[in-house]
Amino acid sequence: MKNKQIEEGATDRRKFLKLGLLTSFTAIASTSIITNLAAQEEETEKEATGEVMRLLTPDGKIVEVSASNINKYPEAFITPEESRKGIPDRKFVMVIDLAKCKNARKCVEGCQKGHNLDYHQEFMQIKLIQDNPLAEPYWFPKNCMHCDEPPCVKVCPTGATFKREDNIVLVDNERCIGCKFCVTSCPYSARIFNWEHKAKFDDKSQPYSPETNVPGATGTVMKCDFCPDLLRQGLLPHCAQSCPEGVIYFGDRNEDIVTNGAETVRFSELINKRGGYRHLEHLGTKPNVYYLPAVDKLYELEDGFDVNEEVKERYKNVPYVQELKKQGKI
Amino acid sequence: MNIQSRKRELFKEFAPRLETTSTVSKIYISFLIAIILVGIYAFYLQMSEGQIVTGMRDNVVWGIYEVNFILLVCISYSGAFISGILHFFHTPWKTAIARIVEIITVLSLLIGPIYILLCMGRLDRLHYLFMYPRIQSPITWDIIAIITDIVACFIYLYLTFIPDFAILRDHCEERDIPKWVKKMYKTLAIGYQDTKTQRDRLHKITRTMSAIIIVLAIVAYTVLAWIFSLTLQPGWNSTIFAPYFIVGGLFSGVAFIIVTMYLVRKFYKLEKYIRKMHFKVGGIILLILAMLYGYFTFTEYFSRWFSHKAIDTDLLDKLFTRYFWEFILANYVGILGPIGILFFKKLRTINWVTIASVIALVGIWINRYLIVIPTLETPYVPIQDTRVDYIFYAASWVEIALSFAGIAAFLLMFTLIGKLVPLVPMNYILDSHLETNKVKQKVNKEISE
Repeated sequence: MKNKQIEEGATDRRKFLKLGLLTSFTAIASTSIITNLAAQEEETEKEATGEVMRLLTPDGKIVEVSASNINKYPEAFITPEESRKGIPDRKFVMVIDLAKCKNARKCVEGCQKGHNLDYHQEFMQIKLIQDNPLAEPYWFPKNCMHCDEPPCVKVCPTGATFKREDNIVLVDNERCIGCKFCVTSCPYSARIFNWEHKAKFDDKSQPYSPETNVPGATGTVMKCDFCPDLLRQGLLPHCAQSCPEGVIYFGDRNEDIVTNGAETVRFSELINKRGGYRHLEHLGTKPNVYYLPAVDKLYELEDGFDVNEEVKERYKNVPYVQELKKQGKI
Repeated sequence: MNIQSRKRELFKEFAPRLETTSTVSKIYISFLIAIILVGIYAFYLQMSEGQIVTGMRDNVVWGIYEVNFILLVCISYSGAFISGILHFFHTPWKTAIARIVEIITVLSLLIGPIYILLCMGRLDRLHYLFMYPRIQSPITWDIIAIITDIVACFIYLYLTFIPDFAILRDHCEERDIPKWVKKMYKTLAIGYQDTKTQRDRLHKITRTMSAIIIVLAIVAYTVLAWIFSLTLQPGWNSTIFAPYFIVGGLFSGVAFIIVTMYLVRKFYKLEKYIRKMHFKVGGIILLILAMLYGYFTFTEYFSRWFSHKAIDTDLLDKLFTRYFWEFILANYVGILGPIGILFFKKLRTINWVTIASVIALVGIWINRYLIVIPTLETPYVPIQDTRVDYIFYAASWVEIALSFAGIAAFLLMFTLIGKLVPLVPMNYILDSHLETNKVKQKVNKEISE
């Protein structure tokens, strides 16, 4: 149903975008969805299909809004200015259940499709990690940790990368000067750089917003953005949507709820009961991506090698993989 | 001997170099320009194709540009530091080398920052640094430090040049020197007539400036080291990095000055002024710095090796295997080599001191390389990639061409400055002349009394 809404919205999005820009003068920097809609109401009256919806604003008022507007809103253009504030009253968190991951790589592909990335450009990377020589390695999906003490934001000389109130760390590629200091200071290697010009960067059919990260720009930095454009529509990020195993839970710490699309669980309970941890906790970066340890794994490690040759090659230096190869298991 | 005739003499001595250009130096200059042109083509390629033409990739995002930047900026800071010390403490033998040190300071400070600009993905957005500055970023501190330092060093260099411009202005009429050069001398001398008040005032200002640039150099060194040590990366996140950079910088700076002294002495026939004594003193300073620098290097690696945190172990493993020979060259040959040579009094000759300095310079360049690149190849989250250039860094021809273009630009500018002004400051020679006169008078007075 949601998909249908987006399609409808897309048809006359241009008109709407113009409108959105106009109304942003009347409702300056308003991040409240419903207040914004109310402001547009007068201007969109002519186009209204007649169907009117009643909504409750955050400050307790009931407003009537044309239904067509609600369909269009999710794709509203968020200006770079607005994207610095974040979605009000949210504290987004991600929980990755390592016990369920089998290196299906659907999260990687979903993310690449959603952000229009090339094959080798991965906001979500899947590493094969071995904690100690006796332990069996496990698949480790790693994106940006959206730290509360982000080393990248600390060192950015122009404020091109910034931390929002809703926990998300974004990059504004119209502000980025490409000094790459953020890349060197990120202990999670979450950032990738656009080393050369690509034809897709010229696609100006959508106005650029740091929230969508599209189109990219030569000589600037990109990284996982937690898909704020989808979050504004009430959808899960691309990676969480595409995972067939429900490995990736996403939610709001304020509500204490995370969901992987199939089940919705209490965030604090999940972390407490399952021994949730954060990667490289000792560095003090305070990530907002939590991991559930790879205990009682649902799949054999070998199952993860059902991927293309190039991906298989990536893990060839892990000693355990060499062992498996010797035994002829992969 | 009166001052005026001495001035004339000095002018006569230095003027021929300002007048004619020999065929050899013409070939030499065109050779330098050729190298710079190749560099400019490489720069054009990098600008049009993007940084894909360099060897830098997502893991190693800073390559030899960063290494050159550190080396040149450190040489400049130590130039400022040394020339400040020479001037501030009225070092008696500064006469011959003061100007060389000052020129090195300014030139390397002009060329060094170009390398950090080459590292930037979007040069067209350089002004954003001033439009949207964030004071908490160490890069912003570095920019403030470098700009302040450039301004201060220029002022200082200019101050030491004024009396020489005045001498040149007063005497160039007699010679066949292009008109624009004469005009330039006149403007740059800003009406300096070498009266007692003017001379005293100039001395006072120069002394104050020399103290200021010593402090600025220390600040700038520190901020440069912080670019690395304030991150969380293994091999960078070290508390001793700031003093380590100061000592290493001074070491490379002194070595660089000695090599330049050698070349200037040879090609400008200044044997009369740059004497064995200068190399001897330089050699002893280099020896002391080499020992200090070796001590810092040892502490830095030893504490990492002994405590063997997992990530440090990964880094050291890489240094001891993949970078084995580089490590030996940088931290054994590059430090123990100069110490071994300079330790013996007999070996403190002009040639040997210069050889020790060349070894030191090569060693410290590799040392900087080993600080920047292996760390970036050893991130906390292991690199699992099939693309070799994303795993290991190798400089591309573009980077190498631009590195040599920097050296060529340095030499070219040095040569051009050498064509316009004497490389030994005439006013310092006069100063020491005055000083001896004063002493003589004093002694005479005492005797007559």
